Amino acid sequence: MNIQSCVEVRNEWDIVKARQSGRNIAKELGFGTVDQARITTAISELARNIYLYAGKGEVSIERTETGSKVGLKIIAADSGPGIKDIRRVMEDGFTTSGGLGAGLPGVKRLMDEFTIDSKENEGTTITAIKWLR
Amino acid sequence: MRIPILKLNEYLLITIQVDLDDKTALQFQEDLLEKIHETGAKGVVIDLTSVDMIDSFIAKVLGDVVRMSNLMGARVVLTGIQPAVAITLIDLGIMMKNVPTALDLEQGLEKLQQELGG
Repeated sequence: MNIQSCVEVRNEWDIVKARQSGRNIAKELGFGTVDQARITTAISELARNIYLYAGKGEVSIERTETGSKVGLKIIAADSGPGIKDIRRVMEDGFTTSGGLGAGLPGVKRLMDEFTIDSKENEGTTITAIKWLR
Repeated sequence: MRIPILKLNEYLLITIQVDLDDKTALQFQEDLLEKIHETGAKGVVIDLTSVDMIDSFIAKVLGDVVRMSNLMGARVVLTGIQPAVAITLIDLGIMMKNVPTALDLEQGLEKLQQELGG
């Protein structure tokens, strides 16, 4: 089984497209309604971050597994300005957009695994995984 | 895309049945305020029974439209928030403070009637 999808994010419509394809894949993998909502919301937040801060980028959604665990992996990547201070963006309440997004701590709480890889002026890649329970 | 706004006596009823994109959400905000102005509605129920995801942006638009309507003198109640949506909002850290809610449309209308003293 090879389930995956990649959505380019350039405008507000692409945010909807990304979360819809995330929901479809989450359903197909057998996630329950609550985890489907968590996954779709996380994708929506990450896609919006790309649109707001980098202008464009892409969101990939794919099946992943380690050992006996199966999960859904989101990779949100852009070549935007990058994140200067990763520790600060992971603090609840930190914002540079005036509160347009719930921020990355919220996304981290929605998912089981969460990593940020960012270089100033080169871009940001955020990887997040939700495991099937 | 436009979200239909129905008038019922002194109330406005809205059922959101589409996957809200940012533009539709903002257009709805504007349309609702215009409709309140035009009809002199005293109460508004926004039913979210068919909404399966609310992210931070949509939550902000909904919270804002409640406060904007209050400024104009109309009370708004959000109804039918799904269990999965409630869980996700709290996970995200969005509390929707001071936003009146009710379990369903019926209880939402009752709440408005009580608040408006009629």
